[in-house]
Amino acid sequence: MIAELGLAALWLAAALAALQMIAGFLALRAGNASELAALIRPAAIVQGVLVTFSFAMLVWLFAITDLSVKLVASNSHSLKPLVFKLSGTWGNHEGSMLLWVMVMGLAGALIALVERRLPERTMNATLAAQGVVSLGFYAFLLLSSNPFERLPVPAAEGMGLNPLLQDIGLAFHPPTLYLGYVGLSVAFSFAVGALLTRQVTPDFARAMRPWVLAAWIMLTIGITAGSYWAYYELGWGGWWFWDPVENASLMPWLAATALLHSASVLASRDALRTWTIMLGVVAFSMSMVGTFLVRSGILTSVHAFAVDPERGTFILVLLGIFIGGALLLFALRANTISEGERFALASREGALVFNNVMLSAILAIVLLGTLYPLLTEAFDVRVSVGPPYFNPVGAIFAIPMFAVMAVGPLLRWREDRIDRIGKEVALTAALVVAALVLTSLLTEIGLLPLLGLAFGIGLAVASWLPLRGRNLARTPLATWGMVVAHFGIAVALIGMASESAFTKERLAAIEQGDTATVGPWTVVLEGVEPVAGPNWTAVQARLSARYGDGEARELTPQSRNFWAPPQQTTESALATRWNGQLYAVVGDRSPDGRWQLRLWWKPFVTLIWYGGLLIALGGLLALIGRVLTDLRHRRLAARIAERRADREALA
Amino acid sequence: MSWRLWVPLFAFAAFVGLAAYQLTQPKDDFVQSGMVGQPLPYFDLPPAMDGVEGVASGTFADGEPRLLNIWASWCLPCIAEAPQLESLEQQGAKIVGIAVRDRPEDVAGFLAQHGNPYTHIGRDDLSEVQLAIGSSGVPETFVIDGQGVIRYQHIGDIRARDVPILLDELEKAR
Amino acid sequence: MTRPALAAFCLAFAMPLAAQQTMPPAPFAYRQLEDPAQEAAAQELMETLRCLKCQSQSIADSDAPMAGDMRHQVRIRVAAGESPDEIRSWLIQRYGDYVSYKPAVSATTWPLFAIPLLLIAVAGAILLRRFRKRA
Repeated sequence: MIAELGLAALWLAAALAALQMIAGFLALRAGNASELAALIRPAAIVQGVLVTFSFAMLVWLFAITDLSVKLVASNSHSLKPLVFKLSGTWGNHEGSMLLWVMVMGLAGALIALVERRLPERTMNATLAAQGVVSLGFYAFLLLSSNPFERLPVPAAEGMGLNPLLQDIGLAFHPPTLYLGYVGLSVAFSFAVGALLTRQVTPDFARAMRPWVLAAWIMLTIGITAGSYWAYYELGWGGWWFWDPVENASLMPWLAATALLHSASVLASRDALRTWTIMLGVVAFSMSMVGTFLVRSGILTSVHAFAVDPERGTFILVLLGIFIGGALLLFALRANTISEGERFALASREGALVFNNVMLSAILAIVLLGTLYPLLTEAFDVRVSVGPPYFNPVGAIFAIPMFAVMAVGPLLRWREDRIDRIGKEVALTAALVVAALVLTSLLTEIGLLPLLGLAFGIGLAVASWLPLRGRNLARTPLATWGMVVAHFGIAVALIGMASESAFTKERLAAIEQGDTATVGPWTVVLEGVEPVAGPNWTAVQARLSARYGDGEARELTPQSRNFWAPPQQTTESALATRWNGQLYAVVGDRSPDGRWQLRLWWKPFVTLIWYGGLLIALGGLLALIGRVLTDLRHRRLAARIAERRADREALA
Repeated sequence: MSWRLWVPLFAFAAFVGLAAYQLTQPKDDFVQSGMVGQPLPYFDLPPAMDGVEGVASGTFADGEPRLLNIWASWCLPCIAEAPQLESLEQQGAKIVGIAVRDRPEDVAGFLAQHGNPYTHIGRDDLSEVQLAIGSSGVPETFVIDGQGVIRYQHIGDIRARDVPILLDELEKAR
Repeated sequence: MTRPALAAFCLAFAMPLAAQQTMPPAPFAYRQLEDPAQEAAAQELMETLRCLKCQSQSIADSDAPMAGDMRHQVRIRVAAGESPDEIRSWLIQRYGDYVSYKPAVSATTWPLFAIPLLLIAVAGAILLRRFRKRA
């Protein structure tokens, strides 16, 4: 019953998306408002409600472990803890696809409900575009990946969820990622709407900006969470591997970051019109390409979903229609976008153009490296492209970008002179050089970590310089947002460089009571005991870890055995200090009775994820700042209109 | 300026073409050995269990082409290919086996249950020979000619239709 | 966009309990070399070699037995004095470029290196065009 309700809601939502699409395009052609046009906003809102209801039904089915539904039977188990039953809803292809369309539907509903700053025609075109894309994915769900499919005979017991996913990180990571990923569809629809109605204006950018910001914040959190989850869950302390699926989340982020900056320029200076439109289309296109790569099976990845070329073909067709259509529209219409205001090289716009170009270059590199194995496989050659390629080649464009990021915010709009900010530039440069020299004298680390550390330190200080000489209480929230976000990048950079350069590893096979050392830590194996959980049993090591002469801390890494599905996982144990983390893993016992212990001392590794959170926080401050400013303006405009009406009434 | 606007569309079209082509290709996770055509590296493995002879690279250089079967008792597809190995042996092929990461008891148990088509069986506890000849999994079967040169690699278990192909390759290696 | 995984993922990190081989890992699969410089060189090499039985992981990040055997080979060869590049070539000779995450410039990989250079040129051109006109 519940499954049928969910399915019915999904069909209705799809129908409404179709209505949204048709009404939108008809209204566009008809010109002035028609009855059909009045339906668009309500259609979008009801669609959002329906698809959310449908998703809620699926969550319910997982919560009660309804084994007559195929998806639940293949991905859940009655003994699983409730939180993992619920998060298991999106731990599979169909469920996560339903999450995808739900976010799209909600995004569309939200714009329909809230967005009033654009001309009605452009809004109609935007909602129509959103409807088209949603319809495509509804079709994909309903025709080839129905989450509510029933089994002819209910299963006796479920097959369980992959134990590696039975972790609280799974509760957070996909939903935030999707809110970001799919939230970028709004930018896409806005860009298409603006192209269709030739309304690429600062108003358009001002309207689009908060939506892009919101999606970007969620995407930043999602990627950060995913990186941390992989770090502590997979047992080797790795936090990024340039895996195709990881890249599939990074590419939209890179495009969205560039879009954010570009939209800001368009909003305040009426420049970079073509860039902004292009990036708006590219950002969500990267999201869709990412979905395709992950679900079609053409790329090898640890994260890859069900390998199904048939589904892959369906998505590829959707991609062809949506991205191809948008890019075609761009090629045909972008010429009619007049050039905006001019600006000099040494100006804030100039710095932002540089930023855009660098980010786009990095995006192109990541795309190239990710797709290259695909290209060579067409010629029956297999290659692997990994960190040794992405890190240095990405750095070629990232380092100049960081340098400009340090001084760009200090430049004035339109035209400025570098010598006006000479002091700040000199300070930053001096910091970077000093860091370079000191670090290379005192330690022996590779070139990339060295550069990362030096530029991170320089950027960390430089990001606060825009606040110099300002009345801090009256500085706009958006400026604080910029400062915090740039500072977050610096912090993350320092964390990455430090982890890469200063990590110490120790593999030890020790007996109970013996000691192992790693860096400044002394670790004693107190004992090994069996423990049991709701759906697993484990061997747990009790470690007593001491930093230098400090107090001993207890760490309990585990080696777990699940039975549904049968699998063994390692649960790492972490001891966090202000200056880094001790990472401990217990392995198997060797025949002579000694236990395998893997220990890492990772100085300042937590800065990576704190940095990520800071970036998101900066975005949040900027978003709140913009929304508050916008509300203030609306209230002011309303009051002015009221006064004018009063005056006219009196006259 | 206008031609530049078409670049993204064409780049995307190229991607779609590539992806569409790849979707039609069967998913192939096999890693081909780069040692096909090269002589076997030197190795000398102890016997995998009592009562059989070990395997050395010298075993192959006596003028007679042989099949080299990399297998293990814990490998499920090896059970599936046992009848085909039997069939190959009956049709005159000389099969040398290397058991990867296997205990003698398990080797003996497997052969008792599924038959022993091997003339020699070596034990490779550290996958050393497997790595040295470019094999990336079990089961794999190589055709080695009379001079000890690797001539052909078959990845995965041997199916009924592969038997004539392997016999053919053995003949060619003569 | 990270995704939950399938059985293939399981095989990479955690062995299914059925059909598992029971021999102990190779001696140097989980044991570091005595000389820290040698161990560092070995570790750096291992992080760039691909585990052949996994779905895209380096041998330094995998518990698969074959990855352990490969780590054993890397360590004993480094200890014996071979350079990391020699060991990498040895593996590439056996498994092709697929086994190395560090693409070398060759007939099949030259676009990977040419395109970044092209990008630098294009980026420079875009920036020059935009600012020379406006100056």
